[in-house]
Amino acid sequence: MKITDIITGLNLKVVSGHNGLSNEITGGYVSDLLSDVIGNAKEGQIWITLQTHQNIIAVASLKDISAIIIVKGLVPEVDTVEKSNIEKIPLLSTEMDTFNIAGRLFELLR
Amino acid sequence: MQFRHKISGGDFARAGNIASAVKKILRQLNIDHSVSKRIVIALYEGEVNVVAHAYSGVIDVDIDEIKIETTITDKGPGIADIEKAMEEGYSTATPQVREMGFGAGMGLANMKKNSDSMKISSVPGEGTTVHLVTYIKPNAG
Repeated sequence: MKITDIITGLNLKVVSGHNGLSNEITGGYVSDLLSDVIGNAKEGQIWITLQTHQNIIAVASLKDISAIIIVKGLVPEVDTVEKSNIEKIPLLSTEMDTFNIAGRLFELLR
Repeated sequence: MQFRHKISGGDFARAGNIASAVKKILRQLNIDHSVSKRIVIALYEGEVNVVAHAYSGVIDVDIDEIKIETTITDKGPGIADIEKAMEEGYSTATPQVREMGFGAGMGLANMKKNSDSMKISSVPGEGTTVHLVTYIKPNAG
């Protein structure tokens, strides 16, 4: 599934990384622990987190994660936005909490 | 092929840069994807350990036809109990570092899981050295 389909389906706001919106999504991963993500997330997944600092882009880039959804309307830092554009990893935002957005993503990808 | 990178303690902005550089090199060298994925995980964790715990560090990477050898040497507080530090979930990271999602106590365990050999030596009050070997052909080890 394309990221754009997920943006429409889950009513997400695109914060940055517009140049990566053609990425394909193969699944999802939910975690706020960077070691867990670096160790266990898979290429092509969309990552749901409440972390907003720039290290999430480094982790996503190393793991070839397709996009990041930031929950609860949290605003990513300026550095995070800049790196998202450089690395072509879209930062998406939702007002929903992790449980609700993960549930909807799961339904959409099923 | 050998190269050396320096790491500054506390410099979270650059954590992952070395892993990223090595990932690109491994792609250029056409190293098997499953091998480079493991090295990237181990290197990232190694970098983060230096950034989160030490004052400064150096990473040496040596790639030949059969293996990738990495040595991470830091000047820092060292590890008093290496066995304990290897336990998943054990961490001495500060609350600020944990809030960022680091310091889950998975770093060294991730490094061990994603290398074929790992040796740690440490002198409390001086620093720590971690030596990793990953074989490019899975059976070579």
